[in-house]
Amino acid sequence: MLSPDEFFEPVEDWERDTEYIAMENKSFGRDVWSRFCRNRRALFGLVCLTAVVVLAIFGPMVSPYPYDGMDVAVKNQGSSIAHWFGTDQFGRDTFTRVLYGARISLMIGFVATAINLVIGVLYGGIAGYVGGFADMVLMRIVDIIYAVPAMVYMILLMLLLGSNVYSVMIGICVSGWINMARIVRSQVISLKEQEFSVAAFVMGASTRRILFRHLLINSLGPIIVSVTLMIPQAIFTEAFLSFIGIGISAPMASLGTLAQDAKMQLEIYPMQMIWPVAVICLVIFSLNFMGEGLEEALNPKGKR
Amino acid sequence: MVKYIVKRIGIGLLTLFVLVTVTFFLTRMMPGSPFDIANLTPANQEKMISFYGLDRPLTEQYVQYLGNLFHGDFGVSFKKAGVTVNDLIASLAPATMKLGAISYGVSLILGTALGIWMAVTRQDLVKGSILTFSTFGVSVPNFVLALLLMLVFGVYLNWFPVLGLSTPRHYVLPVITQSVYPIAQISRLVKTSYTEAMSQDYVVMARAKGLKGSRISLLHILKNAMIPVITTSGPMIAFLLTGSFVVENIFTIPGIGREFVNAVSNRDYTVVMGLTVFMGILIIVCNLAADLVCVLVDPRIKMAE
Repeated sequence: MLSPDEFFEPVEDWERDTEYIAMENKSFGRDVWSRFCRNRRALFGLVCLTAVVVLAIFGPMVSPYPYDGMDVAVKNQGSSIAHWFGTDQFGRDTFTRVLYGARISLMIGFVATAINLVIGVLYGGIAGYVGGFADMVLMRIVDIIYAVPAMVYMILLMLLLGSNVYSVMIGICVSGWINMARIVRSQVISLKEQEFSVAAFVMGASTRRILFRHLLINSLGPIIVSVTLMIPQAIFTEAFLSFIGIGISAPMASLGTLAQDAKMQLEIYPMQMIWPVAVICLVIFSLNFMGEGLEEALNPKGKR
Repeated sequence: MVKYIVKRIGIGLLTLFVLVTVTFFLTRMMPGSPFDIANLTPANQEKMISFYGLDRPLTEQYVQYLGNLFHGDFGVSFKKAGVTVNDLIASLAPATMKLGAISYGVSLILGTALGIWMAVTRQDLVKGSILTFSTFGVSVPNFVLALLLMLVFGVYLNWFPVLGLSTPRHYVLPVITQSVYPIAQISRLVKTSYTEAMSQDYVVMARAKGLKGSRISLLHILKNAMIPVITTSGPMIAFLLTGSFVVENIFTIPGIGREFVNAVSNRDYTVVMGLTVFMGILIIVCNLAADLVCVLVDPRIKMAE
């Protein structure tokens, strides 16, 4: 006859701890970051964008050439050690001008998006939270602005305000916030019926607190994703306006202006066109890849 | 149903009214006069201004413009003597519309095909490459694409002509330029909605009944998957119209986009306003048509309204 001791083994100490978590506890931010890093294309986008931003900020400072310094002796040159990207028809250093142009294009992209973000979030948040008649009126206004190609308004505004950085930004902000407002509104509408916001209301939280601390914080995912898609849109719009000749004008340079300048001699000196255009594509590409990566990282349950 | 249509038309008309008003006042507020030309004496300038009624109060001009618009009269060009905006639109619209229609047709067919392919394939390589292509498609600005195509296929390889629209071969490069972005967008939309529709109960039901695979995918899945595509046709047409500003300039096509940019730099108010209103009407009508088609295809939408 065997004693019970021979049937059973004593449980070791660590096995008693049923609450034991094998994985390190991750915060939401670190979780998103690790999912983002797993997406190689998104990571590639982040690296490229960082490189362009750093170059655009510090490049013109350390470059030996000013962005508008003309030198007839060296016009229309190809790449060389002195001029990495060659020179344009006035002998301006293309490398410096491309970096300077990238600086202006990126600045317009980021600032215009920031303004659109604020307008869109407030507008959509208020429409969604208040609801009823106000929501109806606000959304009809959105429909009306949305129904007309934004580019038409933008071109008229540019002519009215003159060609400079600020009028391009204002032009982009005329209708750039519409998508953001729609996204925030639909988020707020679906979130405000959920238990946590009802609970906050019952506990007497103020409207502002509910809207900002509960509803908008919980819509942060879609907001971030749509911001990463708004920046390339703004950069594209600026380049488009400058390219058709009503955006930013020489001697200032944005990437679109550079492409427009190079168009005249495209068949003789195609490289003058290729550099700025390559940088535009790189920036927009990187931001779009990052947007896709963030969308996946912030919404792991979503279908791929 | 009737109530829904009336509501939609009402919103469309309101949009048009706002568009006309905003355009009118924006163009009138612009610095510089259309008759600010070097070889025109001040006396003659004033004559011109009073001839076109630009010296009258703004509100009176506005009311008159609205009244003329009601009769379908867009006014007379300030710059091209004796040319009415209606004639201008009649002579320019066909080129733009033909190009736009062909581009949209191509994008619908290719975009839907790529979208379905992405949804049904199990090969990550195919999925990945189509997805990369579509990111490429939404990332490359249309003027960049137009110039690259012109440089490579028009100038270096000399495969396609790059000036005007006189033969079918002339359409190739402009149509490619105009369709890449819509193809990318449509393929993404179709991929998402097709994947969603594939797992619906009615598809399982159709399979259980033993229907043929092709019949299921065309009649049951695709019909439902196309709704977001129809809804975005309004923005797509807006995209094609604004795209025409650049494409028609680069490929020297006599169309609305090219004329609009020219009129803007010439300060030809009536042409700018006429073309803006015309484009607005096109887009509003397309949006309306898209909404109605959606309701016809999918009665569930009407219920939600």
